[in-house]
Amino acid sequence: MYDKEQVKKIAEAFEHWQQRTENDMKKFPERKQKFLSSSGYEFKRCYTPLDVAELDYLKDLGMPGEYPYTRGVQRTMYRGRFWTMRQYAGFGTAEETNKRFKYLLQQGQTGLSVAFDLPTQIGYDSDHPLAEGEVGRVGVAVDSLRDIEILFDGIPLKDVSTSMTINSTAVILLSMYAVTAQRQGAKIEELRGTIQNDILKEYIARGTYIFPPEPSMKIVTDIFEFCAEHMPKWNTISISGYHIREAGASAVQELAFTFGDAIAYVESAIKAGLDPNVFGRQLSFFFAAHNNFLEEIAKFRAARRIWAKIMKERFNVTNQDAMKLRFHTQTGGSTLTAQQPLNNIVRVAIQALAAVLGGTQSLHTNSFDEALGLPTEQSVQVALRTQQIIAYESGVADIVDPLAGSFAVEALTNEIEEKVWEYLEKIDSLGGMVRAIELGYVQKEIHKSAYEQQLAIEKGEQIVVGVNAFQTKEEKPVENILKVDPALEEKQKEALRQLREQRDNRAVAKALKELKQAAQEGKNIVPYVFEAVKCYATLGEISDVLREVYGEYTESTSI
Amino acid sequence: MDHKEIAKLITLLENEPDRARDILKKLPKRICPVIGFTGSPGVGKSTLIDQVIARLRSAGKTVAVVAVDPSSPFSQGAFLGDRVRMKKHFLDEGVFIRSMASRGALGGLNESIYDVVELLEAVGFDYVLIETVGVGQAEVEVRYVADVVALVLSPGFGDEMQLLKAGVMEIADIYVVNKSDLEGNDSLYDQLIGFLTFAGRDALNVVKTSALNGSGIEELVDRIITLWKNFAETEKLKQLRKERLRHHTETLARRTLQKYLSAVDSEDPYEGVELALKFMCERLKYGQGGGT
Amino acid sequence: MKKYRILIAKPGLDGHDRGAKVVAHALRDAGFEVIYTGLRQTPEQIVKTAIQEDVDLIGLSILSGAHLQLSKKVIELMKKEGIANIPVFVGGIIPPDDVPRLLEIGVTRVFGPGTPLSKIVQEVREVLEGVTSTSGS
Repeated sequence: MYDKEQVKKIAEAFEHWQQRTENDMKKFPERKQKFLSSSGYEFKRCYTPLDVAELDYLKDLGMPGEYPYTRGVQRTMYRGRFWTMRQYAGFGTAEETNKRFKYLLQQGQTGLSVAFDLPTQIGYDSDHPLAEGEVGRVGVAVDSLRDIEILFDGIPLKDVSTSMTINSTAVILLSMYAVTAQRQGAKIEELRGTIQNDILKEYIARGTYIFPPEPSMKIVTDIFEFCAEHMPKWNTISISGYHIREAGASAVQELAFTFGDAIAYVESAIKAGLDPNVFGRQLSFFFAAHNNFLEEIAKFRAARRIWAKIMKERFNVTNQDAMKLRFHTQTGGSTLTAQQPLNNIVRVAIQALAAVLGGTQSLHTNSFDEALGLPTEQSVQVALRTQQIIAYESGVADIVDPLAGSFAVEALTNEIEEKVWEYLEKIDSLGGMVRAIELGYVQKEIHKSAYEQQLAIEKGEQIVVGVNAFQTKEEKPVENILKVDPALEEKQKEALRQLREQRDNRAVAKALKELKQAAQEGKNIVPYVFEAVKCYATLGEISDVLREVYGEYTESTSI
Repeated sequence: MDHKEIAKLITLLENEPDRARDILKKLPKRICPVIGFTGSPGVGKSTLIDQVIARLRSAGKTVAVVAVDPSSPFSQGAFLGDRVRMKKHFLDEGVFIRSMASRGALGGLNESIYDVVELLEAVGFDYVLIETVGVGQAEVEVRYVADVVALVLSPGFGDEMQLLKAGVMEIADIYVVNKSDLEGNDSLYDQLIGFLTFAGRDALNVVKTSALNGSGIEELVDRIITLWKNFAETEKLKQLRKERLRHHTETLARRTLQKYLSAVDSEDPYEGVELALKFMCERLKYGQGGGT
Repeated sequence: MKKYRILIAKPGLDGHDRGAKVVAHALRDAGFEVIYTGLRQTPEQIVKTAIQEDVDLIGLSILSGAHLQLSKKVIELMKKEGIANIPVFVGGIIPPDDVPRLLEIGVTRVFGPGTPLSKIVQEVREVLEGVTSTSGS
């Protein structure tokens, strides 16, 4: 970005400055020997034009909304419209969650995000022995279409955009959502929203897998195919680095493994005969925003550039829309502390600011009490207000990509990108992401990073305020931690029992039989799941049919 | 004997090897097929064993599994995670799974493995399966403990190198080409057949398996059983057991001698050995040898 | 020589194993033999494993909020199988007012988020060896 003569002068000045600084440091040493990023590379003392001398503005940054999208995927970014403020919510029964949704919409939230309980995520009905104690715990319990009808009662699905955190049973929940919308009178073509549907990261980090990788990838591809034709406004997948990061990955690993997964999905869809120019527009991403403010901003910017290059150069995509990395961000749950929980409000604000400066399309801010249990209405409100303050008061949303050109931010963006490519090469050399996961390579890398982070905290090399420094003697307990009523499980089971009595069981048996046959024959299963859902076949029944055909996965464990 | 008692006895054998003699003396002498599985980490040994268990169980046989993982040379601690792959058998009364740390033993197993296997045979299991650590060429101990050794291979694990070096290759009776659904497997298979042909070994005992669809497991188990029966009908099994006894004796002798060596303080290594032996003989004369 | 064996188990459906693995790793580095069960274990499976592996201590990692039910079930089964003498540690997202309830059920120690690994290792040693060390090595 600078001419050679100028660079030379700066280099000389920098050299002098370094010498003087080192002289000073004999008297006044720096706080640490090394200042390390979360990814283990070193932060320089000070960044100068020398660090970005090679940067080619038009090639490496481009204008906002233009390739390689380093500066953002829209031309006007938040000057046009703010990011979607989307708080993940869901607990207990569909009735209760429905109430919370209505409350959030009333408070100015602009999109819905559904959390499901673990039995729903792993394909068990509420009355399955493995579901005991887990019903309605970390999200809403869904056994059949009936629960989804209640969940969205009074909420016009054609007008809201809904994000559903669901993976191995995504095809079932998507079908239930679409059928509910149809019964409300909406056309499924107009539905907007996202299903997470990112099965690969479940094997790596989140653990709600059911089937082995191969049939799982087949289901993902079936959904791509179905939605490309019938639900063009729907994001068919949210390829998630969030959980990878939360499992202990560094910022670089978060991007590398997420793109590793993404490449596997794209390859699998291309293999199934789909056009990346078409389905590429329906891919979306999900990242975490952690504490290291500048590194996180650089991470988001690097992510856009890397993805654009992958789509253009690796997959020869020509459609600009299919090169744009659109992503949701959540602040880092694992950065929250149970000690002095109010401090978390500040952490969340800083992380949320990084996400906004990094150009996110939607954002979830965590509630300060989440290291203790489920968030209360009050803590959820503070979290949402944090976003609103950033949007309406801070002014950062008024300038597109305001940190571009910062020597530090651009240098970090380059550094992260470079390290991500190294990882992607390694994954390719192992035979691709599915293979790398089966080998346990990815899991091991993340575990190593998690253990190192923990040791750094143990040794006091990394400070966590209120945890290993600045502790207070007596902690005032947080009031009103929300708990799930244990009676809820019985209620849900009873409703399920009644459903099984009332529905047309012959129709259910027929639909399940047809689904099984379709799965065995390798047909696209989505339409068959739709039919099963319509006659109130349960989530567990549908999952069981697929388990029979596809088998079940056992994890790879090593440390 | 119930699982709890067996488990407690194994702990005793591991922690207080000097008591092994007394413990095992009280049990009847009994033998059953002892099958070893070895191969690099990541080739899918545990998953394969999981499927072998399922197959044996469906034939009504009871199974004991000993899975060995390495101990850390620094802390002497260990992370034992093999049983994760076998979780569907956890509630089956006919299956007993025990994880063991290598505790410094170099041959890919644990020093008390001889005693533990003898115990598991004595208490009446129909089959004993052993999974080795799986780290390298030096893992030949399993040859002396097991009657039938299966070497598990899978493409992309440096196995092609292993074929060339052929360290562990010689000790196997059966070669399992696992993950046969993966690319690169045909080449591994061909190389293996080539190797066996020139080594003058039986190329019949190569089995392709896939954990993904369970193919080849039935064939593998059949081969193992046939092989063991052949051994039992010929003199081979007797020979194998004799060899096992010899190695067990060696292990014991080493351990016993070490104990006395550590009690000797001498500047001269020759004298040190003499003293230790003398010391040992005296103690044994008075019946205080303990353990051996 | 006596080596302590510790079972680290993840009961229930929750798939977050970062904490369980980090703790298992730390215990290994502190010299213990750690048996890891993997995800989605039922209380029955955990108790059977504890029996077959003849462990000296059981650590349960639960982040889904189902800690009361799951711990209770594990301990009930341990009583039934006659191994209730084995100490049980529980770690995870545990609301402070659930701690006394867990202890009442028969849990030996409870660790919430942010517990230093050195504290866990130290308390494991205390419970197993009856040693009260002064420093958090």
